[in-house]
Amino acid sequence: MTLGSSRYASLLEAIGHTPLVEIPRFSPNPGVRLLVKLEGANPTGSVKDRVALYLVRSLEESGRLGSDSIVLEPSSGNTGISLAMICRLRGRPLTVVMPANVTRERRQLLEIYGAQIVDSPAETGSNGAVRLARSMAASDPRYVMADQYANPANPAAHYETTGPEIVAACPELDVFVAGLGTGGTLMGVGRRLREHNPNVRVYAAEPMPGELVQGLRSLDEGFVPEIFDAQAVDGRFLVSTAESIAALRRVTATEGIFAGVSSGGVLVVAEKLARQMQSGTIVALLADGGWKYLSEDVWSRDLEDESLESLSLW
Amino acid sequence: MWPERRGRPAPAADGVRRRVTAVRIPPVLRPQVGNEKQVDAAGATVGEVLGDLVARHPALHEQLLTADGSLHRFVNVYLNGQDVRYLDDLATPVGEHDTLIILPAMAGGS
Repeated sequence: MTLGSSRYASLLEAIGHTPLVEIPRFSPNPGVRLLVKLEGANPTGSVKDRVALYLVRSLEESGRLGSDSIVLEPSSGNTGISLAMICRLRGRPLTVVMPANVTRERRQLLEIYGAQIVDSPAETGSNGAVRLARSMAASDPRYVMADQYANPANPAAHYETTGPEIVAACPELDVFVAGLGTGGTLMGVGRRLREHNPNVRVYAAEPMPGELVQGLRSLDEGFVPEIFDAQAVDGRFLVSTAESIAALRRVTATEGIFAGVSSGGVLVVAEKLARQMQSGTIVALLADGGWKYLSEDVWSRDLEDESLESLSLW
Repeated sequence: MWPERRGRPAPAADGVRRRVTAVRIPPVLRPQVGNEKQVDAAGATVGEVLGDLVARHPALHEQLLTADGSLHRFVNVYLNGQDVRYLDDLATPVGEHDTLIILPAMAGGS
């Protein structure tokens, strides 16, 4: 074990600096080296600490926050939790709009940090949360949206922190895989990696939306995040919740890594790419740890269980 | 690092049995296909399969495709789980055992 520990003047400075760990027993191809960036090591347990810090700073610098302002954000959990920690340190009130079917732990963490929670209908998924938050902001001037789906501070956090950390720790990487939510990780890290080596390929893993969370009335209610540029990724794969969880269980069994459900989806895509490659190095970003999914028995439940697809686990 | 791209088998010549592909329909579009969850459509490419689908279910046409025949911005089509926009788009070859999934563009978890 190497000795080395850093001292920080505040929790906010402790954001980032996450470990990059090789997982040879999980790689399906001995010629391909697979490494994972463990974002669960951030102060509130997810990659969103990086984003939330940049979002709050961008609001402060914009001059839009007055004495009665309330920071508002739609979030399926992680961004809300990160914003709640930072807003607490900054003395700012926060309201999070969240689909009603997220795991209990996310709600509990928001409450611990003192955020207000507004439920959006489970059946309209994240699209519904975004829509409700935007309409609240339009009708009450006290609300100021951090707006991770549209705010360039989101990809900037990854361009300035996550990307450089990966380049420094693994300059030889050929492929980067991350989950697609807002697109912030893929855009920001991808841009930084391509500046380092233009041949790096960037792939997205996205959740197969369950039947019950697709309650759109028409396709016009579809949503593509403003910050997401489809040209900036090389491929995009759908992964079912059951496949994601199966991969999570394998990485826990083979490498001892305890990660969240979206990380399982990212690992499914990394495995697929590793099988297609002859040699090379893949870095996969695991957005959070497994803690917030324990109440859903993710490590033990029957994967044939159809109710799995109705939960909001990404 | 990557193997040479292997071409898929050439599309069947005319007169050979047409390929039929299973197409999964999202809830928002099911009213246009008689509330079916999955329908069959024939064609050797993604574009041909979608063309056959809208020929059988004309109400789908303007939902899926724009006036110039490209995919609607809020529609994603996946061949065996992979977004066809990153393959050869509508020209991507389709085999008999492939599955096409049509999904509306959704905001991801975050």
